[in-house]
Amino acid sequence: MDFSFSPEQRELQAQARSFLEARFPLSRLAQLIDSEPGWDPSSWTELAELGWLGVSVPESLGGAGLGFVEEAILLEEFGRCLYPGPYLATVAMALPALDDARLAEVANGKARWSALLGPAPDLVPDLNRVDWVVVASEDQVLAVEATGEMLTSIDPTRPMGRLDQVSGELLGKGQEAVRIGRLMRERLLTALALEAVGGAQRVLELSLEHARSREQFGKPIGIYQAVSHPLVDCYVEIELARSLAYWAAWCIGAGHEDASLAASAAKAAAAGAAVRACERAIQTHGGLGFTWESPLHRYYKRALWIERFGGTSAEHRSRVAETLLQRPPTAAAASASGAAVLPEAGAGG
Amino acid sequence: MELRDTPAEAEFRAGLRAWIEANLPAELRGRRSRLEDLDASRRWSQALSEAGYAGPTWPTAYGGRGAAEAVMLEELARANAPQHIGVIGLGMAGPTIIAHGTEAQKSRYLPSILSAGEIWCQGFSEPGSGSDLASVRTRAELRGDTFVLNGQKVWSSYAQIADWCILLVQSDPGAARYQGLTFLLVDMHSPGIEVRPLRQITGDADFNEIFFTDTEVPKAQVLGGIGQGWAVAMTTLLHERATFGFSLTGALEAALGQLLRLAQDQPAQAARLTDAIGREWIQMQALKLTAHRALAQLAASGRPGPEGSIIKLAWSESNQRVTKLARELLPDPILDDGHWYYLQLRSRANSIEAGTSEILRNIIAERVLGLPRSR
Repeated sequence: MDFSFSPEQRELQAQARSFLEARFPLSRLAQLIDSEPGWDPSSWTELAELGWLGVSVPESLGGAGLGFVEEAILLEEFGRCLYPGPYLATVAMALPALDDARLAEVANGKARWSALLGPAPDLVPDLNRVDWVVVASEDQVLAVEATGEMLTSIDPTRPMGRLDQVSGELLGKGQEAVRIGRLMRERLLTALALEAVGGAQRVLELSLEHARSREQFGKPIGIYQAVSHPLVDCYVEIELARSLAYWAAWCIGAGHEDASLAASAAKAAAAGAAVRACERAIQTHGGLGFTWESPLHRYYKRALWIERFGGTSAEHRSRVAETLLQRPPTAAAASASGAAVLPEAGAGG
Repeated sequence: MELRDTPAEAEFRAGLRAWIEANLPAELRGRRSRLEDLDASRRWSQALSEAGYAGPTWPTAYGGRGAAEAVMLEELARANAPQHIGVIGLGMAGPTIIAHGTEAQKSRYLPSILSAGEIWCQGFSEPGSGSDLASVRTRAELRGDTFVLNGQKVWSSYAQIADWCILLVQSDPGAARYQGLTFLLVDMHSPGIEVRPLRQITGDADFNEIFFTDTEVPKAQVLGGIGQGWAVAMTTLLHERATFGFSLTGALEAALGQLLRLAQDQPAQAARLTDAIGREWIQMQALKLTAHRALAQLAASGRPGPEGSIIKLAWSESNQRVTKLARELLPDPILDDGHWYYLQLRSRANSIEAGTSEILRNIIAERVLGLPRSR
């Protein structure tokens, strides 16, 4: 077992971090989000040139032929910089439904996609920023033109719209539709978890910078345990969620049977961690944290959107429990008619 | 990234699992305390040693196996098997002796730690020195070639059966903080040592007080040099927190397995509690994965990553919630079921022992997050 990224994967992570920090610094983000059209469509061409749109698209179709773990690395970095564009919608959600010709169009940046999982009509993320929408129901998967009414989303970086119509070209049906729908859902939940972890990490860093530099009563406020200990709890929660998100990403990439369970677990933990990290960040920054000028509210709104989209944390926790309770008792449980092994943290003096 | 066992790990795991099935006496499965049946616990520990399953993280030169710790602790927890009875020796005294001992000390003490021939206890905490360990006042006065000990230690597991003690003492009261401490290897059968069991809120007595009255210890029993005690003790604590990670997550996984079984037996109660059950399983899984992530970091860089620092803190709170949740599933939670109620009471110590949660949060705030020191 080796729970670490390869040197190539770490290089991709570093490349994404430095490109996105230079291209989408927090100072530029506010102006970009608050003006029309709310994102930078020219950035899509850059993502295509970097090869980030076709990470998992086969090389024969113009992609890099890598897997979901590499896409996961990018999704975390996009979440960290709060990238306002349909990367999650196109790459995480729609890809599994697309045929070769459409995959090639995604990889070279010609077509952007979003998706609707479950019964229509329902809300489609980034509807006005994409060309097509995958509409996946239990018995069929369709490619539908992206036209419809836009509504006001709780996260301005993730506009939501309702499709005008749900007829289009058939991408799959029957068992194939079931397979596609399941994979789209696992990838979506894991991608949301990764975005949440990336964003939560960034707001924790902002809180730590503030707690180190802001002085009151002649001392940096981070010296006070009423300030520092809640930030430690955020750090713990983020690290635990990160482990789950990477596990889910690995399961999807490896086609492991735990992928669905892992994706729900990661989504539940990471969305909660991100919401709490943002709320703690606003509190730690005091009045500054409550201003429009601070970037914190942008991250908070994204975290609240992630918490809602694809099912709430409470729904996913219950789903995890119901899945486990349907399994046969584990060997550990079966042998445990007597007392438990007591964890030995306590042995000491 | 590969989250399945390597072929070597799978082979080790399969071998160990088969060995446990063949060798673990039924009466030791799920044993609440290692002290309940001392002879059986010793025999089990000796069997572990003879099969080569003791001291898995020790260097091979001293009888260890190098790495397989994670698999080993996971499998023991999975089978509800007790660990080796010499847990203080294996996890704390042994690694500290390996790091700071003379060749004579290593060859004298290490073999009998592995074989469970001699049991160790730890004498660090005192009534007046808990989180502030550097303030210990147990006095060691050097007279010729002999230290004379006077003072009191507390919260010492296994002291009532121990042959040896790793003891932190004040050897130079005039010295600056951290400078006057010495680390001794003390024979628990020496005259002038009295051990008194300390009854806990569970009614059991896992811990002890140790009283030293003019106890004589030869100067040759110093580990790492007179006045070097603080640095030596830090090695011990580093090992304490590092090696327990997988046994904590392994035991929590076993507890979650039992909780799920209980929930399957009580479907009406379980249906109301799926959110909480899901939360605790997810948290356990996250802790286990994080322990593996920290291990990969250690293997890659030679230094433990910051991920490891959160395990004990998050585990203690998980274990407290899990034992409480399990009792919600019982048909008559107002009655003492003899198992989960004991575990719930016992879990209250988890956030105090081996570093209180408050101290662990200080350590993470300062050393991992780079916040200013609060003390």
